[in-house]
Amino acid sequence: MPKTTEFLEALQANGYDYFAGVPCSLLKGVIRRFDEEPQWGYVSAVREDSAIGMCAGAYMAGKKPVVFMQNSGLGVSMNALVSLNVIYQIPTLIVVSWRGKDGKDAPEHLIMGEIMTDYFDGITLGEMKGLPWQILDPDDVQGSVTAITKQIDERKVPGALIVAKGILDASS
Amino acid sequence: MRRAEAADIVINALGDRPTVVCNGMIGREVFTAKDREENFYMIGSMGLGLSIAIGAAMSAPEKGIVCIDGDGNVLMGAGVLASAGAMGLKNLHHVVLDNESHGSTGGQRTIAESVQLEKIAEASGYAYAARVDAADLKDEMPRFLERDGPAMLLVKVEKGNQPGIARVSHTPQEITQRFGTRVKGG
Repeated sequence: MPKTTEFLEALQANGYDYFAGVPCSLLKGVIRRFDEEPQWGYVSAVREDSAIGMCAGAYMAGKKPVVFMQNSGLGVSMNALVSLNVIYQIPTLIVVSWRGKDGKDAPEHLIMGEIMTDYFDGITLGEMKGLPWQILDPDDVQGSVTAITKQIDERKVPGALIVAKGILDASS
Repeated sequence: MRRAEAADIVINALGDRPTVVCNGMIGREVFTAKDREENFYMIGSMGLGLSIAIGAAMSAPEKGIVCIDGDGNVLMGAGVLASAGAMGLKNLHHVVLDNESHGSTGGQRTIAESVQLEKIAEASGYAYAARVDAADLKDEMPRFLERDGPAMLLVKVEKGNQPGIARVSHTPQEITQRFGTRVKGG
């Protein structure tokens, strides 16, 4: 049962008001809603790290940003996260799909699927041991969004909400 | 014209416009010419200066947002020219100091000698994109800033760095705070 409406309500309830990204089929329900409802102001970015950069500019202008991407986009995003967000203390919610979960997917998704949480755990700097991440619980969407938001706000770092198949694929 | 001189002319023409400056020597030259709280010095994340400026321009439409870029940065983030053009942000001005080389890593050539970056901007939907002679840069800057964005002004400058140029002394967190306060209107 898709949870897209509940998820969008949870984003609003947590104060998010700037949205940019590159789509994934696992997130297509959300992106379809953004396309149908222009009031969200969603930016269709050309690359995931560009979306992260836009979110950084928006954050400094007073917005609370969210970037959407497939986990394949984490590769191109690493430099933005470590040499922009972390050192400048620019928090951003990263809603990232989990292609390649449990080793069941097309070959190009298997490695990123396997190292999904290691990616965030591996971004360390002195006392900072890893970026926060949370797996979106389909039975507690609001709780998942609130929990990761609390960590992002408190630590002033980017953090990930990891989305498996079947939760945000449809627009209802 | 040396790039440091061009950077000096540009930053002194911007008034209180919040400005994202790309990484590399250009940031250090802008810092040396005129350090302002409105300057966001991007020290890493090469290629993302224009993306940061787009996010700020969308979120603060009453402010004129400027991005000072180099040819290496524009080429690395070339796809973002299309984003800027497609979004049609009237308050976004993009100044490119083009010396056809990577200044901070030893002056290695880019490919800007054979690529007209302002033509890419024009084809991407910029409202205005032009090349200006260095000798006319100072006179052109106020006219350029009066134009509707997204607008690009490109100036060719000499290769080579200013010896002994200072590094940006503010911490990244300080830069975030200062720029944020200014772009939010404080």
